[in-house]
Amino acid sequence: MSEPLVFTFEVDGENFTSAGNASVAVKKKLRWLGFPPEIIRRVSVAMYEGEINMVIHAGGGVATVTVLQDRIDIVLEDHGPGIANVELAMKEGFSTATDHIRDLGFGAGMGLPNMKKNTDSMEIQTELGKGTTIKMIINL
Amino acid sequence: MKISKIASLLNAKVHSGADLLDSEVNEACGSDMMSDVLAFVKNQAVLLSGLVNSQVIRTADMMDMRCVVLVRNKVPTEEMIELAEESGIVLLSTSIRMYEACGILYVNGLKASTTEA
Repeated sequence: MSEPLVFTFEVDGENFTSAGNASVAVKKKLRWLGFPPEIIRRVSVAMYEGEINMVIHAGGGVATVTVLQDRIDIVLEDHGPGIANVELAMKEGFSTATDHIRDLGFGAGMGLPNMKKNTDSMEIQTELGKGTTIKMIINL
Repeated sequence: MKISKIASLLNAKVHSGADLLDSEVNEACGSDMMSDVLAFVKNQAVLLSGLVNSQVIRTADMMDMRCVVLVRNKVPTEEMIELAEESGIVLLSTSIRMYEACGILYVNGLKASTTEA
């Protein structure tokens, strides 16, 4: 595989039911490409957590997955409210999610730490009122 | 344990994956919090939950789980059934409550994961 494979998805911020569609699609593609199950699961979980975050906190955005020779890059870009305190947001158990979100099974404050745990590198660029871009890398 | 035995022990209704009931599963977990399932679950193939929305099936799919059991008389939505069919997940429902359902499966040999959080 010489040319990188790039998959881009619009994440609909208005529809909680469809949240995760992009992650399911990526999982299928990686399985079809023959990646090991552990790599597929790490990509799927990191991306799914990010997708859910984009829907519940940021009104949706764009997810781009690039498959390269030696790594898989996941970039999640939104134009939501931004993250006020990234250090705090990275702490397990810290969440700004509403009770409504918790009723849906999310908002335990595990999303960002779990994304970091499942990837080899994670960078967060965020600006209040402008949005957030999260870049994650999984080495192959 | 075969998924068919889970269905029988919990007197459960089968909503999807009837052709997969012969599949073997070794470990299970129970949670209504999908965040925790995504963060703490390692190799469990069965998820027991009282939560009813499509993200329960997607979470199970992301974690490579084979079977979802809805407890306390919860009824799956049409979308959950469709997603489970597409993902090859057996979707069951039982009238038994979470604590008892987990207990029944545990004493019959379906263990929790020994992996630490």
